[in-house]
Amino acid sequence: MQQLVNGLAWGSIYALIALGYTMVYGVLRLINFAHGDVYMVGAMAAFYLAHWLGFATAPSLPGFIIVMVLSMIVCALLGALIERAAYRPLRRQPRWAMLTTAIGISMLLEYGGQALFGADPKFFPQLIESAPAFRIADAVVTNIDLLIFTVSLLLMLGLRWFVYRTRTGMALRAVSVNYDAAALMGINVDTIIALTFMIGSALAAAAGAMVGLRNPKIDPLMGLMPGIKAFVAAVLGGIGNFPGAVAGGLLMGVCETLVAAYISSTYRDAVAFVILIAVLLVRPAGLFGTVSVEKV
Amino acid sequence: MKAFSIRALVALCLAAALAACAKSTDEIRIGEFGSLTGGTATFGISTHEGVMLALDEINGAGGLLGKKVTVITEDNQSKPEESVTAVLKLIKQNEVSAVIGEVASSRSLAAAPQCQANGIPMLSPASTNPKVTEVGDYIFRACFIDPFQGSTMARFAVNHLHAKRVAILTDTKNDYSVGLTEFFKNTIKQLGVEIVAEESYSEGDIEFKAQLTAIKATNPDVVYTPGYYTECALIARQARELGLEAVFLGGDGWDSPKTVEIGGKAVEGTYITNHYSPEDQRPEVQKFLTDYRAKYNGKTPDAMAVLGYDAMQMMADAIRRAGSTDGAKIRDALATTYNFPGVSGRITMDPKRNAKKDIVVLQIRNGQFHFVESIPPDA
Repeated sequence: MQQLVNGLAWGSIYALIALGYTMVYGVLRLINFAHGDVYMVGAMAAFYLAHWLGFATAPSLPGFIIVMVLSMIVCALLGALIERAAYRPLRRQPRWAMLTTAIGISMLLEYGGQALFGADPKFFPQLIESAPAFRIADAVVTNIDLLIFTVSLLLMLGLRWFVYRTRTGMALRAVSVNYDAAALMGINVDTIIALTFMIGSALAAAAGAMVGLRNPKIDPLMGLMPGIKAFVAAVLGGIGNFPGAVAGGLLMGVCETLVAAYISSTYRDAVAFVILIAVLLVRPAGLFGTVSVEKV
Repeated sequence: MKAFSIRALVALCLAAALAACAKSTDEIRIGEFGSLTGGTATFGISTHEGVMLALDEINGAGGLLGKKVTVITEDNQSKPEESVTAVLKLIKQNEVSAVIGEVASSRSLAAAPQCQANGIPMLSPASTNPKVTEVGDYIFRACFIDPFQGSTMARFAVNHLHAKRVAILTDTKNDYSVGLTEFFKNTIKQLGVEIVAEESYSEGDIEFKAQLTAIKATNPDVVYTPGYYTECALIARQARELGLEAVFLGGDGWDSPKTVEIGGKAVEGTYITNHYSPEDQRPEVQKFLTDYRAKYNGKTPDAMAVLGYDAMQMMADAIRRAGSTDGAKIRDALATTYNFPGVSGRITMDPKRNAKKDIVVLQIRNGQFHFVESIPPDA
């Protein structure tokens, strides 16, 4: 039972990051490999903001929320910048050009991060003192885990509201369905795509800040594995599909934890890859994806 | 015009290269490699500080064999692959006469074959895995080895702490941790105590709740976590979050100023085996504490700093006795080190090139490592 709680906490994190992957794939058919590193920047931004704003020495819940929101804004801007500078010029080029650039941006963020932040791991300040919130059966749910569940849920519901209940959200869905038709309908595709990146990056930043709080060791390469796992989660749920990304993320988190607990912790990272191969072999469209046949 | 500039450029480069190659034979060069950055940065930094303090003293007393001593330091970023690069650079490019390094056994093991192959004596200040000195006769260490460390903690747990249920959490990516676990387990089994759980993690992991949940279910009295300080401190924190209240036991890899910083209240009460205690009243220790604090802004040295200092002094002593910077002569001198008055104790090199020294058990109380007891090596 405790393992389930642990798994769901990580699953929520993967779900948030996976949403970013899914959104960008939906509008651009691009797998944004740099997304995992935006998550890292989110954690780093939160770290520095916590120190600069003085919350590190005066821990509090509102303090953490402020730091998280600010880091979300920072990463939203970063996401928009990456899109504008690296992906937009390549939009009319073959798909692989953007993909390769994405890998390049990923490395830029990772090693640039090492140069800028230093390669040593940093320790996220304890803005919220971890304490058991309540017990289910023999499992302890800490207040931080509770925070992760709540914030993730709120962000996901917020996203759902935005995508399905607002005009801009409708425009976003239109661009996902058919890029050119949406442009012909008078939708400013550039703005929508920039917005997509901004929202996705903001979600990743929230995930990064929360991970910093829960597992305080952060370093410039921390985005590598979670990025890959969240990507697998998005594929598992059906890439391009929002509820799929969430389901995929939660499932990944739980599977990973159960494997680490009951088989061996050395296979924790391997689980993601096994799932990826299995999904691609058995049901490439993912759990919630629509199986579409391309007529040539 | 173009041809002239290119030729001039080439000439300039050659000149620069030759100048860089020019060896100065007026100094004795000793190489040092360690993890100045990365996950175990405090190991490298502390060792370096100890080495530099010793260097100041040696040069202040007139150097060695009438020459000034220089230490060239290379950072391996806490990675074994980089250790090889670092050591090769020291040997081939800087042409050092001897090498001091490293703390982490995995990284010493990576570098040792290079030193052995090139006939350069290597003195590890703090690598405790027995395999390190088995690489060859040019490889030495200034500390005790893990069979002693593992069995001492096992005996302490059973006899002193009366533990009946023991859990073990090993860093499987780490020769040091794997070795210590094995020696600890053997003694625990010999003493007839039950090992209720054995789990593992990898150096660099940040999430341990899966393993800790499994350990908690077996209700252990103590959890032996022979890893490095970053992961161990995080493990302790997550264990307390899960409600696992067992006492943690560890090895010298826990010794770092960052352990309490990262672990906070979670590491209180932990017992570790280590090389020295700042509470030791011996005059060598107290003098070292004073000198170290004077040089490094009041910081209290950890075991790695002490061993770095001892290693450098041992090397200097060996060079003096060898009367030369020839690798084979330094090796012979190191091998015959007898009763060397180190800060971490009297050091005598045994035939396997390991040091016979006392081990101390420390406990973390109120955010500091406090002395509990000292155990002499078995005869």
